[in-house]
Amino acid sequence: MALRPMEDAIFFFISLLLLLPSPSVSDSATQFCSAERGPGVESCGVPSSSSTRILIKGGTVVNAHHQQLADVYVEDGIIVAVQPNIKVGDEVTVLDATGNFVMPGGIDPHTHLAMEFMGTETIDDFFSGQAAALAGGTTMHIDFVIPVNGNLVAGFESYENKSRNSCMDYGFHMAITKWDDGVSKDMEIMVKEKGINSFKFFLAYKGSLMVTDDLLLEGLKRCKSLGALAMVHAENGDAVFEGQKRMIELGITGPEGHALSRPPVLEGEATSRAIRLARFVNTPLYVVHVMSVDAMDEIAKARKAGQKVIGEPVVSGLILDDHWLWDPDFKIASKYVMSPPIRSVGHGKSLQEALSTGILQLVGTDHCTFNSTQKALGLDDFRKIPNGVNGLEERMHLTWDTMVGSGQISATDYVRITSTECAKIFNIYPRKGAILPGSDADIIILNPNSSYEISSKSHHSRSDTNVYEGRRGQGKVEVTIAGGRIVWENDELKVVPGSGKYVEMPPFSYLFDGIDKSDANYLSSLRAPVKRVRSEATT
Amino acid sequence: MALRPIYDAIFFILSLLLLLPSPSVSDSATQFCSAERGPGGESCGVPSSSSSTRILIKGGTVVNAHHQQLADVYVEDGIIVAVQPNIKVGDEVTVLDATGKFVMPGGIDPHTHLAMEFMDTETIDDFFSGQAAALAGGTTMHIDFVIPVNGNLVAGFESYENKSRNSCMDYGFHMAITKWDDGVSKDMEIMVKEKGINSFKFFLAYKGSLMVTDDLLLEGLKRCKSLGALAMVHAENGDAVLEGQKRMIELGITGPEGHALSRPPVLEGEATSRAIRLARFVNTPLYVVHVMSVDAMDEIAKARKAGQKVIGEPVVSGLILDDHWLWDPDFTIASKYVMSPPIRSVGHGKALQEALSTGILQLVGTDHCTFNSTQKALGLDDFRKIPNGVNGLEERMHLTWDTMVGSGQISATDFVRITSTECAKIFNIYPRKGAILPGSDADIIILNPNSSYVISSKSHHSRSDTNVYEGRRGQGKVEVTIAGGRIVWENDELKVVPGSGKYVEMPPFSYLFDGIEKSDANYLSSLRAPVKRVRSEATT
Repeated sequence: MALRPMEDAIFFFISLLLLLPSPSVSDSATQFCSAERGPGVESCGVPSSSSTRILIKGGTVVNAHHQQLADVYVEDGIIVAVQPNIKVGDEVTVLDATGNFVMPGGIDPHTHLAMEFMGTETIDDFFSGQAAALAGGTTMHIDFVIPVNGNLVAGFESYENKSRNSCMDYGFHMAITKWDDGVSKDMEIMVKEKGINSFKFFLAYKGSLMVTDDLLLEGLKRCKSLGALAMVHAENGDAVFEGQKRMIELGITGPEGHALSRPPVLEGEATSRAIRLARFVNTPLYVVHVMSVDAMDEIAKARKAGQKVIGEPVVSGLILDDHWLWDPDFKIASKYVMSPPIRSVGHGKSLQEALSTGILQLVGTDHCTFNSTQKALGLDDFRKIPNGVNGLEERMHLTWDTMVGSGQISATDYVRITSTECAKIFNIYPRKGAILPGSDADIIILNPNSSYEISSKSHHSRSDTNVYEGRRGQGKVEVTIAGGRIVWENDELKVVPGSGKYVEMPPFSYLFDGIDKSDANYLSSLRAPVKRVRSEATT
Repeated sequence: MALRPIYDAIFFILSLLLLLPSPSVSDSATQFCSAERGPGGESCGVPSSSSSTRILIKGGTVVNAHHQQLADVYVEDGIIVAVQPNIKVGDEVTVLDATGKFVMPGGIDPHTHLAMEFMDTETIDDFFSGQAAALAGGTTMHIDFVIPVNGNLVAGFESYENKSRNSCMDYGFHMAITKWDDGVSKDMEIMVKEKGINSFKFFLAYKGSLMVTDDLLLEGLKRCKSLGALAMVHAENGDAVLEGQKRMIELGITGPEGHALSRPPVLEGEATSRAIRLARFVNTPLYVVHVMSVDAMDEIAKARKAGQKVIGEPVVSGLILDDHWLWDPDFTIASKYVMSPPIRSVGHGKALQEALSTGILQLVGTDHCTFNSTQKALGLDDFRKIPNGVNGLEERMHLTWDTMVGSGQISATDFVRITSTECAKIFNIYPRKGAILPGSDADIIILNPNSSYVISSKSHHSRSDTNVYEGRRGQGKVEVTIAGGRIVWENDELKVVPGSGKYVEMPPFSYLFDGIEKSDANYLSSLRAPVKRVRSEATT
């Protein structure tokens, strides 16, 4: 809450900029100021007009279904043509992509921008988080609306306000934190009128967000009837609470206590439970931030049995390990605190393997940033360290380097796990997640031979720390086009607050295909009710 | 509750019998009346004279879980004195010829509910009739579940002390935990240290009555661990069962098949997975009662593969029966198969047998919890009101032998292990029970592998008028049962004495607790915490 005044001031400043007349702004990139650095991000971009026609020449166009050498022509924010040797006039901005990959912009299925949590609010709001995303090749994200005192409508309105300064497209999931007829009714309003097609249930955070099994069952049924995807944060909240008490009793109050208090077995448990309850209701399930082999094994088992379960690893879980939480410097250790925790060496590699073979389907971030001052709220008690790590800007780069650079997956796979699958799951494909005529012009150009080094000194998040500090990688997003505008080029951001559009996501994605048939099969398999004559003994 | 008068009347008769003087009773088996049949069974036994306390079992194959050998077994005053070939004794000893037969420890049933008040009625078998049936089937001890009275453990224990006064064989108690407060926690210690209870059961099903939530289960697991008591779980997700029941009623499915359909294997697998992981989190042993499905068994197999101390108990009905009976058009037939977790579809039973044969599952119980057809008819219009439970105490040894040994899946020594020895070890009463060794209690059966039988409610010894194994034939029959050194079953006749059964106190810290302190110490040293931190500039 202490951050609010600062945020309001920034928003006010941005609003002033937007009100300035800008008829004479040219399409030259140099007209746009360079990207801001560190906390206190500001914008200086304005909507451009003439840059809405773009030709990307000579690159390898990669879709999840196919890759080919082709040009891509964009007009008014939409991809108009994808084919070799497109000829255009002079008024078109031409980008040379020779030797580079031209791919759909990333879609991050899991972010928390401007979220009030654990007595503070994430340092990245919609504008700064999205700016960072664009600099890293992500052109859309789906954030989680947190209800206000359990009220969905109030929560939605709150997030409408939070997202007004957006500079890229975004969608919303919504958390369900209590249950009554009002919530059930509001879920329908959200799906039918507000463009939300997924609801998240927390099995952790006892006493605040956690739901019990009976509520989860009601939620699963309601999701099924609305064609909305049920999502779970899978950790056993009762046992986490117990684990936290255990650590405090042992005198373990530092960040390592966070990992020790909520071991993988509790993530495996809750994943197993959620999957089975979803099977019982026969509705698709999406498990967010799969962090452990324990949880992944449950997903693998369910998928082997034909169940529609989606598993989402996040970049931190794929790449990092928990040794950082034991760092003697609180500032370093605390920045790795997220839930479920980053696991010990071995889990990440297993998650990569499962991701490479389709056991897990897409990569998120759970981007939820708190700066070192905020993290210090838990200096004497790990339970008070705001949970969350960065990742929105790093996701596309680190996924490429880790998964494609290592030879674990192909470029088409890369597009699938960073963009296409997300668009399909949330039912906005092929508007998003593809480079096809008619798709939104959310495009990145990635140079596989260009390298980078990640640092909080140069990243675009407002946080003063970065969990990937000092990490080098190869395969760099050199150009990001969002909604048909070049927003990232020559290491410079050219973003416009308010230019991002809210993307309504319709219900009944492909995951719901066949549910009615399997329900019918279930009913006919019951062979019930049995017609009974009452025997003598019982009458 | 409607049964209470009958029950009281029977108890009164029995009490009268016990008061009769019987100084001149000889040790001849013919002096004892034959066993009662069907409901309303009565006893006519009396304490046997001193001369029958010496028994020699000659020429049989003595089978223990660790070894089998041709040997004689000599019993005196209720204790096994010698196990060796060619024992010579005087004339005053009753000699039983076991040539060509197996001489084995009497069965121990780890899971029964006698005289239990449940679902607005009470099980038709009380301690006397249930135990009489057990003895006729070669089981010489059982462990019943004390249900607390309004959550109170002491009151529950006193209630079961009363219920079990008419016992005719040895028995022990588990205790259910149905609520949590400081009183319960304190009473658990009393039960363990003063009352001889070393196991506590938590129901993850029966929402609104017995069910506990995860936070209570965690408290219970911790308390069990500190007391050296074994935590047991009935593993079904009670919230989802309630949902499943609603679903069936909404679909118009009100008959017994609705029982099975409302609580499918996935819900048993879920709760088993959950209980196992919470027990791992606390690092305490776990005992999963009535494993009925592949789903639950898979979880146990996975945990054991990972070195976790988890015991899985299949029950005879789950091993042998399948759920087609629940679809029977005759309610009387269908309803007698209603138990929880439900008897599963074809395939589950065979998989459980296989897991039992290789030690993935460790011992066989029954969950004997009998209600007669009149009681079952309480749920004539609504399966949710059918009292849950099936018989099995009398049939367990026979059917386990026939199914597991007769089919070649396990050896005779394995049979002893899964029907007796493992139970005695788990509940820390070995080798007093579960073995034929010098010094062990003289709880012995003689099984003739060539003798056959047909099971029927017409001839069984339970008070129920139905039997879920009605008409089933098998081979390998218990011809003699010796309990506490007395021949109580011979020539198809029961000779049982109400009040002769002893309460067996079971001490805490069974073998399952061996090494727990070491693994706890390893856990603590693995934490590498707390980390010593200097506060960096940025955070001070």
